[in-house]
Amino acid sequence: MSDVAHDATELAPPAELGEMELYHPKTWIGKYVWSQDAKTIAIQYAVTAIAIGLVALALSLLMRLQLGFPNSFNLIDPSNYLQFVTMHGMIMVIYLLTALFLGGFGNYLIPLMVGARDMVFPYLNMISYWVYLGAVLILVASFFVTGGPTGSGWTLYPPQSISPGTPGIDWGIILMLVSLILFIIGFTMGGLNYVVTVLQARTRGMSLMRLPLTVWGIFTATVLALLAFPALFVSCIMMLLDLVLGTSFFMPAMISLGEQTAYDGGSPILFQHLFWFFGHPEVYIVALPAFGMVSDILSTHARKAIFGYRMMVWAIVGIGALSFVVWAHHMYVSGMNPLFGFFFATTTLIIAVPTAIKVYNWVLTLWQGNIRLTIPMMFAIGFVFTFINGGLTGLFLGNVTVDLPLSDTYFVIAHFHMVMGVSPILVVFAAIYHWYPKITGRFLDDTLGKIHFWMTLLGTYAIYYPMHYLGFEGLPRRYFAYGDTAFMSESSQDLNAAITIAAFIVAAAQLVFIYNMIRSITGGKPAGDNPWEATTLEWQTEHTPPQHGNFAEDLPVVYRWAYDYALPGAKDDFIPQNVPPSAVVYEDEADDAEGGTGKTS
Amino acid sequence: MTFTVIIMVFIMGGVVWWTVRQTIGTTPWTAEESTLEINDIGFVSSQDGIRTHSMKIGLGVFLAVATSVFALFVSAYLIRMELSDWRPLAEPTLLWANTALLVLSSICLQWGVISGRRNEFESMARGLLGGGVFAIAFLVGQLMAWDELAAAGMYLNTNPANTFFYLLTAIHGLHLLGGVYVWGTTMIRTRSPADNERVKLSVELCAAYWHFLLVIWLVLFALLSST
Ligand code: HEM
Ligand SMILES: [Cu+2]
Repeated sequence: MSDVAHDATELAPPAELGEMELYHPKTWIGKYVWSQDAKTIAIQYAVTAIAIGLVALALSLLMRLQLGFPNSFNLIDPSNYLQFVTMHGMIMVIYLLTALFLGGFGNYLIPLMVGARDMVFPYLNMISYWVYLGAVLILVASFFVTGGPTGSGWTLYPPQSISPGTPGIDWGIILMLVSLILFIIGFTMGGLNYVVTVLQARTRGMSLMRLPLTVWGIFTATVLALLAFPALFVSCIMMLLDLVLGTSFFMPAMISLGEQTAYDGGSPILFQHLFWFFGHPEVYIVALPAFGMVSDILSTHARKAIFGYRMMVWAIVGIGALSFVVWAHHMYVSGMNPLFGFFFATTTLIIAVPTAIKVYNWVLTLWQGNIRLTIPMMFAIGFVFTFINGGLTGLFLGNVTVDLPLSDTYFVIAHFHMVMGVSPILVVFAAIYHWYPKITGRFLDDTLGKIHFWMTLLGTYAIYYPMHYLGFEGLPRRYFAYGDTAFMSESSQDLNAAITIAAFIVAAAQLVFIYNMIRSITGGKPAGDNPWEATTLEWQTEHTPPQHGNFAEDLPVVYRWAYDYALPGAKDDFIPQNVPPSAVVYEDEADDAEGGTGKTS
Repeated sequence: MTFTVIIMVFIMGGVVWWTVRQTIGTTPWTAEESTLEINDIGFVSSQDGIRTHSMKIGLGVFLAVATSVFALFVSAYLIRMELSDWRPLAEPTLLWANTALLVLSSICLQWGVISGRRNEFESMARGLLGGGVFAIAFLVGQLMAWDELAAAGMYLNTNPANTFFYLLTAIHGLHLLGGVYVWGTTMIRTRSPADNERVKLSVELCAAYWHFLLVIWLVLFALLSST
């Protein structure tokens, strides 16, 4: 640090960048329905995603009722079970988590956090949401068509996904494929926005290394999604052709219902490659935004700079890059050259290294922090626990020999629910509790929040911990009922019943949460502009909630990274990103109140 | 999948290289140090304007997405080709003429770009016109090639080689059709001189997109006719 006295103008010359031309809606509909404001689009995305997510939750309860009490309820038949597994999985992974993290949080947070007025292509952004909504509606429509939704499993493996005998072969699978294709098109429109906005619309002083980790996470996840979704796109198109026009990309010659089908020579393995080329990065598309957001939430509520910021950035980008070369660990059971198996097992284990670095850094951020145990913080810490848990079982499954007996059992169900179901959902909750005061101007209720947190955390552990044991016992996944199978001990049925009860408790907790969200819009405690005393730009807006254009007349100028908490010597325990060095008050100066002409240190 | 993996390694390698270059040696946790550079990083300089720059980067990102789509199709092609029922297709010779049309189309647009840079807007408009007309001619030519194949009894599902031929040409054609739509809106704009600067930007974007699709077509054409 030098001895030169800086004054603010020298540090940041007056704005000379071309301001973004903002679109100004004139009507109510233009403002709230056909809106081009990223904040409104974000809320549209989030509400739609949560709504369809509740459908997926309801489906899981129906499945759990069947599994826990096989002969008591008879609400669903075996076909329904398969259909519900499929819709539950697909909705949760794609239509809820991907859409919520990127379309919801991405839209809301990117422009605000980088100091932009809006996304760079607002019109495209608007279309993106409406295409997404179309995709969701088409998916929902498949519940009402003849034959119902597809029951092929969320992996949609051919040949069974388009062969007679699988539920939803008439219309369900077609609607599923069309819906996915639309989703990808819509996402690509949004994704272009997120990437270009981060690259091009950052305010003055917001160098890449001053971006909050939230933005890094969403940005990298978007890059992954833009490159990985094409694999799903390509496979959906080819499967549609197989189904509708009778081509044989994926469909081998086979005898179905006693008759030779017209298909010949296609390769189901080809589909698996394409699907998992998308499917594995998809895990990180969901995880990276969660990583980013949880880093910021931990740092803010622990009043401590994130530990190893630069390492965190590299870990995010490194994980992203590596995630493209591990996909075949989902195909160990399909069989492959042992050398490939070795290769993919190795890359899978290597990816654990940057992931572990992130976990250490989170823990070290908490270490000796001045922890404020707010609701977002509780969820964030819950995430760290759960993620470690799910990550460890992932190491088991990454090894070919361990994976073979465990594949397609409840061990896998427990693993991926922990790592990509519960963990990101906990971050979603943390993020909603954290940013809700900015979005609405009011806090969510604290007591209800605590109830929600403990019921959700303990409940999900009660659901998924026992499932590991069921997996060891060999209980296969995607089964409607187990009957009197020899390997299944009697107690495992009791365990299943207990899991179902826990699932209902968790679901009830979500109702508390939804109630809290709706009630607090008008009834919550007013929050002010920066209730958590956070440093990032979204908390420094002139109005809360931020208005069209986000910031006041002048865009904020950024002088520092996002983690100036408890800066040694500084009087305040946090220094927002847009506070120039000359305006920072230091403890020794605070007494002789000289005024802000400059500081030397 | 090797083909796609190689492409991905390049793209992701680029991303990693870019981040490392942007981030190594910076110390974000010191406020003073980097404030002096505040002018050079983190915002767009006024000459270019946020929009021009964003459109170019946006197109670049989209091309990366399209690269991924085509790379995956090529990978699928290479995998499917190995299987026993593959009967190579004799591609219509018309494709050579079509390729020439697409090359001409790219040349015209490039001419438009060069004229635009010299602020010779009339010749820019002519280049643009030529580019679009040749592109449409290419698309018509592709349809005729389909016709020719169908007339010879080579339908979509006669053989996987045929399926891929129709599929790849269709996907490529649809991409070009999207370009032609943008070309159309730009053509309308050329009529008012006030829009010259915007047209210039559009011509540059179109040209970049066209060159990209030309390269893709050459790769696809080589792949289709060599197997
Ligand atoms: C309370 C919350 C949840 C419950 C009770 C639950 C329950 C279930 C059940 C019973 C199955 C079917 C197991 C089988 O028979 O194979 C399943 C599958 C699945 N779940 Fe969940 N789940 C929950 C949350 C989530 C979340 C948040 C995700 C997000 C990633 C998710 C993703 C999946 C996936 C991908 C499958 C596999 C679908 C398939 O096999 O095709 N679940 N879940
Ligand atoms: Cu994976």
